[in-house]
Amino acid sequence: MLIPLPWMGEYVDLEGRDGHAVAAALVSVGLEEEGVHSFGVDGPLVVGQVLSLTPEPQKNGKTIRWCQVDVGPEYNTPGNPPVPRGIVCGAHNFEVGDKVVVALAGAVLPGPFPISARKTYGHLSDGMICSERELGLGDDHSGIIVLERYGLDPDIGTDAIALLGLGEQTVEINVTPDRGYCFSVRGVAREFAHATGVEFRDPAALEIPAPTTAGFPVEVDDAAPIHGQPGCDRFVARIVRGCAAAGPSPRWMQRRLTQSGMRPISLAVDVTNYVMLEFGQPLHAYDLAGVAGPIVVRRARLNERLVTLDEVDRALDPEDLLITDSPGGQKGSRVIGLAGVMGGASSEVTDATTDLLIEAAHFDQVSVSRTSRRHKLSSEAARRFERGVDPQAAPRAVQRVIDLLIEYGGGTPDREVTDLNNVPARVAIQIAPAAASALVGVEYPAEQVEQILTAIGCKVERGAEAERGAEAELWAVTPPSWRPDLTGPVDLIEEIARIAGYQHIPSVLPTAPPGHGLSPAQRLRRSVARALAGFGLVEVLSYPFVSLDVFDRLGMAQDDPRRRALRLANPLDRGAPAMRTEIIQTLLDTVRRNVARGFTDFGLFEIGQVTLPDPDAPASAGLPPVTGRPSDADLAALHAAVPPQPRHCAGVMVGARHPAGVHGPARAADWADAIEAARAIARAAHLQLEARPTRRPPWHPGRVAELVVGDVIVGYAGELHPGALAAVDLPARAVAFEVDLEVIGQLGAGTVEAPEISTHPVAKEDFAFIVHDDVPASAVVAAVRAGAGDLVESAEVFDVYTGGQVGEGRKSVAVALRLRAPDHTLSAAEVMVARAAAIESAATKVGATLRS
Amino acid sequence: MSGVSEFAVPHPLDETGVAAAEAEAMRAICGAGDLAALKEVRLAYAGDRSALAAANRAIKSLDKSERAAAGKLVGQARGRLAQAIAGRQAELEAARAEEVLVTERVDVTLPTARQTIGARHPLELLSERIADVFIAMGWDIAEGPEVEAEWFNFDALNFGPDHPARQMQDTFYVDPASSNLVLRTHTSPVQARTLLARGVPVYVAVPGKTFRTDELDATHTPVFHQVEGLAVDKGITMAHLRGTLDHLAEAMFGQGITTRLRPSFFPFTEPSAEMDLQCFVCRGTDPHCRTCGGNGWIEWGGCGMVHPNVLVATGIDPSVYSGFAFGMGIERTAMFRHAVRDMHDLVEGDLRFSSHFGVEI
Repeated sequence: MLIPLPWMGEYVDLEGRDGHAVAAALVSVGLEEEGVHSFGVDGPLVVGQVLSLTPEPQKNGKTIRWCQVDVGPEYNTPGNPPVPRGIVCGAHNFEVGDKVVVALAGAVLPGPFPISARKTYGHLSDGMICSERELGLGDDHSGIIVLERYGLDPDIGTDAIALLGLGEQTVEINVTPDRGYCFSVRGVAREFAHATGVEFRDPAALEIPAPTTAGFPVEVDDAAPIHGQPGCDRFVARIVRGCAAAGPSPRWMQRRLTQSGMRPISLAVDVTNYVMLEFGQPLHAYDLAGVAGPIVVRRARLNERLVTLDEVDRALDPEDLLITDSPGGQKGSRVIGLAGVMGGASSEVTDATTDLLIEAAHFDQVSVSRTSRRHKLSSEAARRFERGVDPQAAPRAVQRVIDLLIEYGGGTPDREVTDLNNVPARVAIQIAPAAASALVGVEYPAEQVEQILTAIGCKVERGAEAERGAEAELWAVTPPSWRPDLTGPVDLIEEIARIAGYQHIPSVLPTAPPGHGLSPAQRLRRSVARALAGFGLVEVLSYPFVSLDVFDRLGMAQDDPRRRALRLANPLDRGAPAMRTEIIQTLLDTVRRNVARGFTDFGLFEIGQVTLPDPDAPASAGLPPVTGRPSDADLAALHAAVPPQPRHCAGVMVGARHPAGVHGPARAADWADAIEAARAIARAAHLQLEARPTRRPPWHPGRVAELVVGDVIVGYAGELHPGALAAVDLPARAVAFEVDLEVIGQLGAGTVEAPEISTHPVAKEDFAFIVHDDVPASAVVAAVRAGAGDLVESAEVFDVYTGGQVGEGRKSVAVALRLRAPDHTLSAAEVMVARAAAIESAATKVGATLRS
Repeated sequence: MSGVSEFAVPHPLDETGVAAAEAEAMRAICGAGDLAALKEVRLAYAGDRSALAAANRAIKSLDKSERAAAGKLVGQARGRLAQAIAGRQAELEAARAEEVLVTERVDVTLPTARQTIGARHPLELLSERIADVFIAMGWDIAEGPEVEAEWFNFDALNFGPDHPARQMQDTFYVDPASSNLVLRTHTSPVQARTLLARGVPVYVAVPGKTFRTDELDATHTPVFHQVEGLAVDKGITMAHLRGTLDHLAEAMFGQGITTRLRPSFFPFTEPSAEMDLQCFVCRGTDPHCRTCGGNGWIEWGGCGMVHPNVLVATGIDPSVYSGFAFGMGIERTAMFRHAVRDMHDLVEGDLRFSSHFGVEI
């Protein structure tokens, strides 16, 4: 909302405050500063008189005028006597003798556009004769300003900045949705008075005539109120005849409209807009000749249409509230406006209009809000109605419109006043006077509470203290008509705290009961992130949005469940309308960005939620009522409809894990690094991962492992598929892992039991087994472990060899076995038995023979 | 060493002869320049063919009466000699070890990293720090889903279906709209979830990811992070809200940070406020300050007293319990705390950005 300061200054004494000081005062009562604007004009900008003009046709077809302009002794070219300024002007709407506005060298016009003497069209043009648009006063650029036509006859050399109000500031504030009344100069002035303690003079405190019965006929026929609220509970209509409605409005009004962000159009339109800005009451001026009584306010019928003022032909919805009239006696047969949102084109004021019907009505917030949303049609009127308009402002706003129309356009108002008034009386709010102190933590004496509530316009009736005792005393507080947002005690408490000032609220730390610290899942996440950073990976965060073809590019089969991604109705990027089902789907983009920025050897990881829609989940979460705790069934439905979103951790490594350098040649990151990173994650939860060969896009089919704990798959790791890497434009041989932290957390839960540390000596046995090429090394180890039994401390593969010596299709797997007993030194015989059993087991389980 | 052989000839077993032989040997020991020379000296002066060895052998040919004295004389000399050799041996060994270390010298200014160096993302680190501040006060850290039921995101928080604020939220809706699912626009739905699941009293902080349909620019991102706070208990006041946020501000920005509460509006709090931080670039003194835009304050986040309707919708009696809630921007906190100039740096995942922060913030 834009508030020109002098306008507000008519209702409150600004006490010399500039825009910033006014904004600071308004911030203290909750009107956030968006900015302080001015016309951006700086002098010298003065009144000049055209002494002579010489038309000079130019080669480009234009005719310019070479003018001599008297700008007064102070500004004329110095000399004895001073000589007028020579100025080139392209406009033709002025004559010798006209007084005009001249920007002299050193002036700055909005843009900023600094003015200097410059050579043009063969002359030294020593300034500029200004148009409205050049000064930011309006849109008119058809010619320069001729001050006589503004009704002005100032002395030559007069400061035009002051003359035209170009020094005025406008404060822009952000109005929160609860403060509809601050969409008016009246409302903001009232808040300024609250903030500073100055007196507020209400512009709406006007004498108004009493309603009559023979005014323009209006009926409200709301067949389908929303939430039981009638769509229209007040409709004021009055007639003005013989008014020059199509003429221009006065310059000061045009300037204020322009400062407020509206375009001046004609007297009738400008006056209704001006009063809307002033009172917050949307108004409409109809060409009386174009409206056939009675006006009927009703809901739309099926298949009705309306061409609104913005020239859009709209299909109406049966919930839309309409203003209709009754041509040919057909009641409500013609739609002339979307109530509270926008008028129709048919009853617009035209150049010929002299008789006007002025409407000010009060429409239901929800009804207007829905219509505005449905038709994607926001207007100044809709913005006010959906936030709440003072229902008592309507007759006063109409009076103000009539006063202004008559003052600037002539004419006479009809005596008749239509005022259909079904505004319900405000219900008093019961509040204990001590309630604000209790909730805010500041001691507000009862007198202060009463004073503040009264100041904001409430009617306060103190309770019967004697009967109930001070403790239980309740006051009946009736909010003013312009505050529909005040509906309960807490709303009043906010008013008390706000007007008394939030700066008085002390800073007190509450004492929470003892807490539990981080949850196991939260601790795990930190441990995992730290472990991966220690592993050499850099944590990043990627947006979770994916394109639908990412699944194709990553090589997923058509029936891959990971394609079942949640879709957004209104994605920011139409190319990425779905939520990721794995982190790697979005992490790869971040990897590519880093590659594009010139990095070749690095690893990234991300921990985040993925969305896995459940095909069996309810189709809707529902919107259960909020009148109390939802039923168990409603809660269950809510929870069931929200898709599972487990936290995953994924990582990608490209290039070298050990880059080439002084320590030796590069060592590329490979499948084993990916699996090891996943193992680092699992170790944070005290889990040992078993890697099993598998096939899973987007990984290389021969170089990917499913990572299991027992029978549960917790993730995948390995080298990425060359095709997938090419499809997402990443370097070859990149490796990746993706692990479900939720599952890791569940499997790793529980308290770790201390190990028994044996101090007896270790016995080491090495084996070289020859097995078939297909036998996984892990199977050989498992067989050795199984055979050697309880004495095994560790069994690790330390070499794998294929080649001529072991034969085609076979490989040698070397295993180092460490044996140790908890309670004694192993005898040679015990070691022999264990060794033999290990060999026997390897032979039986994986067909291994000892390499001779 | 050329004279070694001449001392191989047994010397008279008198005091002078033994002393001369010992002195000769001592000189040789001191003169041995390396371990090899010392070995030669040991053979020459302490070996079987040395003068003192010969003298020792000669003892038995003396008269019984003279043997004890001569034995003592020769034995002591040989003992001193052996000690001197051992001493010199130790000296020379130490010198050799020193020399080896010198030759093993490396250039310690060479690069030392063989492996790529990892780091955490600053927003995650900051979230953890914020969580720690609340944990230290006895609060718990709660969480919730990012794809959320509209009911939790709006209805339970007193955003009626026609509430204008519901339209203002720039919400991502899940397709189809009838699913009544959204990407949560704030961490506040966890308020309702927490109240329903845990009951009261409750003190929880909720750091998490949130979504609004803002295009990415220098100060906006469609995916951002908030930390929600919720305290519901008997006797909770707005002074407790201020105290908690002041504490968080001090933990985040250091002592001496100035805050202000400014009236505002949120459907789920009443009274509502914005918490502003005094601009720490200009402290409110520069009307052209680029950090605060000249008004001296920087918006940190929204807060207020939990609206009774929120308590009612979660089955809590607002006549018994009151509470406060807040939602502060973590990006915003990071931008102020670490002078991050552009939102792009926080969201693009450039490894240089995370790496700069390392593993602690």
